[in-house]
Amino acid sequence: MAGVQVSNLSRNFGAHKALDDVSIDFADGGFYALLGPSGSGKTTLLRQIAGFDFPDSGRIAIGGESVERVPVERRRIGMVFQNYALFPNMSVADNVAFGLSVRGEAKATIASEVQRALDLVQLSKLGGRRPHQLSGGQRQRVALARAIVTKPRVLLLDEPLGALDKALRVDMQIELKRIQREIGITTIFVTHDQEEALTMSDRIGILRDGRLVQEGPPEEIYDSPKSEFAATFLGDANIFRGETTGVGIRLPDGTAIAARAGATLAAGAKASCAVRPERIRIAIDSGSADQANGNVLRGQVSKRIFAGNNSTYFVERDGQTLKVIVQNTGADRLAAGQEVLLRWSPKSTVLIAAN
Amino acid sequence: MAEHVATGSRSGLRSALPLLLPAYLWLTVAIFLPLSAMVFFSSMTELPLSGKAWSFTLENYATFFSERLYLTLLLASLRLGLEVTLWCVVIGFPAAYVLAKVLKGRSREAIFLLVILPFWSNGLVRIFSWAMVLREGGILDTALNAVLPFKINIDVMYSYPAVVIGLVHSYVPYMVLTCYLTLQAIDDSLIEAGRSLGASRLQMLRRVIIPLSMPGLVAGAALIFVPVVGSFMEPRILGGRTGTFYGTVIEDQFVAVFNWPLGAALSFILLAVVLVILALTSPVLRRAA
Repeated sequence: MAGVQVSNLSRNFGAHKALDDVSIDFADGGFYALLGPSGSGKTTLLRQIAGFDFPDSGRIAIGGESVERVPVERRRIGMVFQNYALFPNMSVADNVAFGLSVRGEAKATIASEVQRALDLVQLSKLGGRRPHQLSGGQRQRVALARAIVTKPRVLLLDEPLGALDKALRVDMQIELKRIQREIGITTIFVTHDQEEALTMSDRIGILRDGRLVQEGPPEEIYDSPKSEFAATFLGDANIFRGETTGVGIRLPDGTAIAARAGATLAAGAKASCAVRPERIRIAIDSGSADQANGNVLRGQVSKRIFAGNNSTYFVERDGQTLKVIVQNTGADRLAAGQEVLLRWSPKSTVLIAAN
Repeated sequence: MAEHVATGSRSGLRSALPLLLPAYLWLTVAIFLPLSAMVFFSSMTELPLSGKAWSFTLENYATFFSERLYLTLLLASLRLGLEVTLWCVVIGFPAAYVLAKVLKGRSREAIFLLVILPFWSNGLVRIFSWAMVLREGGILDTALNAVLPFKINIDVMYSYPAVVIGLVHSYVPYMVLTCYLTLQAIDDSLIEAGRSLGASRLQMLRRVIIPLSMPGLVAGAALIFVPVVGSFMEPRILGGRTGTFYGTVIEDQFVAVFNWPLGAALSFILLAVVLVILALTSPVLRRAA
């Protein structure tokens, strides 16, 4: 088991910069998600760590040892592929045994290790089956057992749950997390599903166009995004654009929005504020707006989408559509066309420098 | 309801008939009739040319068993078939692997064309070109002597190796094509998975790639083995006096000796032997795959 350090990693495919000076530190035993839209470089980064492809420049260290020129077969990593990549000509047990047997381990050792791995993924009874006789979730477990049975230093997962249906995916998320915690292996996990990244990982790295946009614990990225992209890609956000005032920004129409203290930007610079939809309170506009504390905006409800436990209101304000999520507490629901007041705390407002 | 379904399926068959008919008609005319005629010939005492009297007999089949020569030649032909098939695997499989897994885009198309090229040239032309290359004072001989500082004498012509070379050249595209198809169906992620588990390239080849290529190897081997065992053109032209095989003897019966009944009988014995070999080996090979 070991941590992984990626430093100043770059990889070009022709004129396309697939990875552009990426540095990220994966601590020993952590569960990391690499999150980004397709083409962001997240899979390229994973394949670099695995050793399927070598960087143009930069350094990759596993457990302190430089490996950027070591081919995959000698990196001692475990990898789970999106399509599982089980060997169709072998039984489940032989698939799991493959990594140990190519290493020339004794038959008895292999048998007991394979059994242990199959027990861990709760497939002890299916060792004799062929991959095509298994369901998608079972194949996923076999792929996982095969990857961890060799006791790799790092476990790499390439969109491992992408091919599963929703209910199974949630089960497998919990299962994967349990197994990871049980063996305590450093795990790096590529996904484009933000919910998966939020629920499973200790830390998230968001990539865009080959660059690392932001890296940190899920709560930190969600509560304090450092760019509009991070704010809108991980979760939903209302973005206001204007000029900085010192305590927040001023919108083009003169309305001031106060932001959380901490961030300091030169007054007059272009900047934006991000507010999560669930942080905004919505109420009928009775005509007497008090500016006393917090941010207040007037708007008109254009649409309401009911989702059972909550409702999303779309509120038009000065040509911008704002989203507000309201928990279903049994209170009266607002109709489209209703004039409303939106209020939220400056603490819920993140100031972001224009990019 | 049941009646309705019945008429439905009957009309389905009726509409399919015009589509099936040409194929079956052709098969009947082109294969079944000549083959039946050959069965008929093989059991005649005499070819009924110029009104000779003839009767039914099994003597032609008995000839095969009474004269050791036929068995010897059949074994030589089977050995030739085995050897040519093996060389085709040795040459064709790596080529198919490179085509399917290493090359991409334009270079793949170009190399593919080179592999297919023998298919498009006339068989006789192909064999005579080899004759030009292999004979003493031929292209190979001249070229090697021009390059090498010492004198060597290359005369492969009219020998067993010449026959093997000619046949391998003719039939290797079958092996490349069948293996290419199965290799292409192997997902690249399987190879990556194997490598991530620490398998060397050789281990991957032996434990994953070859087992998964088995259907292509078997299909290619069958496509090559069967015609090579009965081949006569290559042995005759490239083998000269050493090129007497079971196929050339059958050809002699038809075109030189005009003993069609014996030629036909020898052909059916070959067909039977080949079918038995295929029946015996296919389950073994399938289990390996």
